[in-house]
Amino acid sequence: MGNVLPPVTALLPVLLLAFTGLALLLVDTVRPDARSNTSSAVAAALGSLVALAATVWLTVTGVGSADAGGAVLLFADAIKVDTMALFFTAIFASVTSLVVVAAHDYFHDHADPAAFYSLVVFAATGMALLAVSNSLAVVFVALEMVSLPSYVLVAFFKKNRGSVEAGMKYFLVGALSSAIFLFGISLVYAATGSLILSDVGDAMGSLDGLVGIAGLGIVMIVGGVAFKTASVPFHFWAPEAYEGAPAPVSAFLSSASKAAGFVVAFRLFTEAFPVGASLAADINWVLAFGVLAAVTMTLGNFAAAVQEEVKRMLAYSSIGHAGYALIGVAALSADGSGNGAVMGAAMAHLLVYGFMNTGAFLFVAMAERWGVGRTFQDYAGLARRAPVASTAMAVFMFSLAGLPPFAGFFSKYFLFMGAIDNGFVWLAALGAVNSVISLYYYSRVVKALFIDDPESSSSLDAVDVRPTALYAAVVFAAVATVLLLPGFGPVIETAEAAASALF
Amino acid sequence: MLEALIAFTFASALVVLLAPNEWAGRLAFALSVVPFAGGLYLWSGFNGSGNALTGGTIAYETQIEWLEVGGRSVSWFVGLDGISLPLLVLTTFLVPLAIVSAWTPIDARQSQFYGLMLFMEANLIGVFTALDFFLWFIFWEAVLVPMYFLIGIWGGPRRKYAAIKFFVYTNAASLLMFIGFMSLVFALGDSVSSFALPEISAALAAGELGSWFGIAPGTLAMGAFLAMFLGFAVKVPIVPFHTWLPDAHVEAPTPVSVLLAGVLLKMGTYALLRFNFTLLPEQASALAVPIAAIAVISVIYGAMLALAQKDLKRIVAYSSVSSMGYVILGLIVFTEYGVGGATFQMVAHGLISGLMFMAVGVIYNATHTRMVGDMAGMADRMPITVGILVAGAFGYMGLPLMAGFAGEFFIFVGSLSAPALPYAPVFTALAMFGIVIVAGYLLSAMQSTLFGPFKLETDYDVGPAPFHDVAPLAVLLVAIIVLGVAPDIFFEMIRDAAVPVVEGVSIDG
Repeated sequence: MGNVLPPVTALLPVLLLAFTGLALLLVDTVRPDARSNTSSAVAAALGSLVALAATVWLTVTGVGSADAGGAVLLFADAIKVDTMALFFTAIFASVTSLVVVAAHDYFHDHADPAAFYSLVVFAATGMALLAVSNSLAVVFVALEMVSLPSYVLVAFFKKNRGSVEAGMKYFLVGALSSAIFLFGISLVYAATGSLILSDVGDAMGSLDGLVGIAGLGIVMIVGGVAFKTASVPFHFWAPEAYEGAPAPVSAFLSSASKAAGFVVAFRLFTEAFPVGASLAADINWVLAFGVLAAVTMTLGNFAAAVQEEVKRMLAYSSIGHAGYALIGVAALSADGSGNGAVMGAAMAHLLVYGFMNTGAFLFVAMAERWGVGRTFQDYAGLARRAPVASTAMAVFMFSLAGLPPFAGFFSKYFLFMGAIDNGFVWLAALGAVNSVISLYYYSRVVKALFIDDPESSSSLDAVDVRPTALYAAVVFAAVATVLLLPGFGPVIETAEAAASALF
Repeated sequence: MLEALIAFTFASALVVLLAPNEWAGRLAFALSVVPFAGGLYLWSGFNGSGNALTGGTIAYETQIEWLEVGGRSVSWFVGLDGISLPLLVLTTFLVPLAIVSAWTPIDARQSQFYGLMLFMEANLIGVFTALDFFLWFIFWEAVLVPMYFLIGIWGGPRRKYAAIKFFVYTNAASLLMFIGFMSLVFALGDSVSSFALPEISAALAAGELGSWFGIAPGTLAMGAFLAMFLGFAVKVPIVPFHTWLPDAHVEAPTPVSVLLAGVLLKMGTYALLRFNFTLLPEQASALAVPIAAIAVISVIYGAMLALAQKDLKRIVAYSSVSSMGYVILGLIVFTEYGVGGATFQMVAHGLISGLMFMAVGVIYNATHTRMVGDMAGMADRMPITVGILVAGAFGYMGLPLMAGFAGEFFIFVGSLSAPALPYAPVFTALAMFGIVIVAGYLLSAMQSTLFGPFKLETDYDVGPAPFHDVAPLAVLLVAIIVLGVAPDIFFEMIRDAAVPVVEGVSIDG
């Protein structure tokens, strides 16, 4: 189709998101009386859905795939649209649509909700840009485009101490890690003489005396990735931020923003710092990611197991899932036979995770909307008043734990099997053990919802409203989580093809 | 055909979930009769022969590729052979009866209860028909989820503990079994291109097993056998992995106990037969003596435990442990009658234990106690229920012309003359001794609760049970007698499917 439409068409999803964000901002600024919660939510949802449709259309028509002439390069190679970029854009757009739909009910009595929608869509634009960036400079700019709206979103309840404190913590850690990331980029530039990822990758083979500088730069870049994906050692902002932020924002950050961190990792550590050249130059980032993955998943799971608040448990569980997805980079090997499989599996896991984790946080958003409280005990007996939403939550919990009837089973299975095939049995074994542990705390939620009795007969009276849009978002996420099991074939095939094209 | 059956049952579950509580039970019963009719239709047109895993003709076979994992395809692969068809019929037969038996005791959140029952039935049908490992594993695990809720929400006072114990035990066991099986598939390497069980079975029989991560094929096969055996042993359950069972049974409401004992335990023995004994016969016969010893210990120890109980439901629960011991003994002897009898006993025990749990449940509905010392002379007040209960108990003891006799008789015939098992007569004689204990505890429990002058510690007015409580009992009793008088209606096809399994051993030695 490149002969009919200009190549820049490949950027359509990013442009659509940017346009939606700008339009929302424009209305919010120029005609403050015309803005309303509903119209802003509808506009944001439509914009992200159209972007999703465009992404799916581009993927189906094969733009950027190896069969259609390979990746589309734009703007002096600074932008590269390939199947992986489109795959991740689909995740971002799906999560954004779910979040803005849910936010409509969550912010029903907020004074100025319109700003929320433009900020979310701007962050999503940054993520989509991150997915297509092919130059370290673009990576950094896009990363900041994601981070800046995120800080504001976390502190969106500006009169709420928890929200503001969380935003402040997130901002401080984020600023520090941005600085480290940028410093890492400058060191890599110093050692390789280029910012374009593929040129950096070529230069990795002839570093001569600059191995130390390049290595230090890569370590710093790993740190930046760890911040964005909420992995050890830059994970400690996550529980605070996710707990203090409005729940739709937690959903957005823990699903989409985390996936954005992974698209950077997948892109940089395949094209800029290829496994073979890095290992030949004695820069063993594979081992570094292996240790990070192991520590992250274990720490996340053990910390989640001792939480008393559901939202905080989900925050730690999202750290655990970052550990699983890190296997996608940690289990790469120089000979490369199974590299595409394991990274593709990590991408598929992030897609499934995008639905089940967003759904889980949106259920928390619904509980906050009802005002039933935050702890496991506060959720006791909710299934009697809200059976549909509780069933959806049970689906999310069992799927996050990786139980077979749900999509989370397949994505974890493919991930661990990919690691085993690539010779990383220890990572897969650790992941399996962690999955078993996770069943404990996930099933606590299900037990509270369905099996425990409410604390008092009046404790469920708060459940008196039916927030339609929130319900719709939660149910849709649950349906997607279930349907991704039979429909896992196309997802994993697309993901594996996309990942294999990078090696 | 099978897809339609499973899809219909899933759809019924959804419909019932959304139905109002008042008539969810009746709707669920009406809908659950359809899968039973479907099961009978499948039976009438059954044209399979041999064992599905060893190249036999698979009836109602469907194979559609689903996705590919690392060069091996996963497919929607279902079909029936002489081993799975009787269990499918058993499942679809027991579920409507269990639903009717729930009408009296289940008085809250009915639509959810019956919806979950049907959801479980759909997955049970899947377990017994799936012939692709992945598909089978998904159904296998999906059975646990509704069971967890059924015990946890509608159970007795200690329901939370029992539900969690059941869930954790069986999930941990599943993981162990999964790892065992996957190591086999990986060690088969390029010789298999899918997770289809017939293909894996053929590759194993052809000796394609290679080494994997430096583990020699022999060691690996033995490790996989042990991992799968332990995984399924929890489900069966075999002593010493049985402790979740009495807790789950005592806390579960009657209809759930019926399915737990009647069908869920058979998942374990079915899987042992399908996986351990069909895929790895060599390892099984190498471990024949220890496995037979565990089987006999299960028989005797389970019966002894039953002897010591005061709760009628616990008595029946422990006697299930004992009965499952017979099934394991029948499987390990690797004779036509042993393996065939074990499969037959799965069906027979499903019917008889279902009857016993239901009858105890009917008495409990009226008396609100299950303790042996709390009541006496129930026969005066509930003559029909008690009559059927006594008949069922005799079935349990192996009264001729009832299904239990046929099953145990086949097993003993098979195990007395088992060439693959050293000291076979000794094991058989010890296992037979179990029957004496069974008779002992059942007779003494019945004598003190059912007969003599009427006495009840709890303050309830006891009269004859309502028709819809008794009707399922009568239907079950008829089925037990039919199967006892004419075991060949199932045993022919079971034997046909069991013979190839037995030959798996005699080839090597």
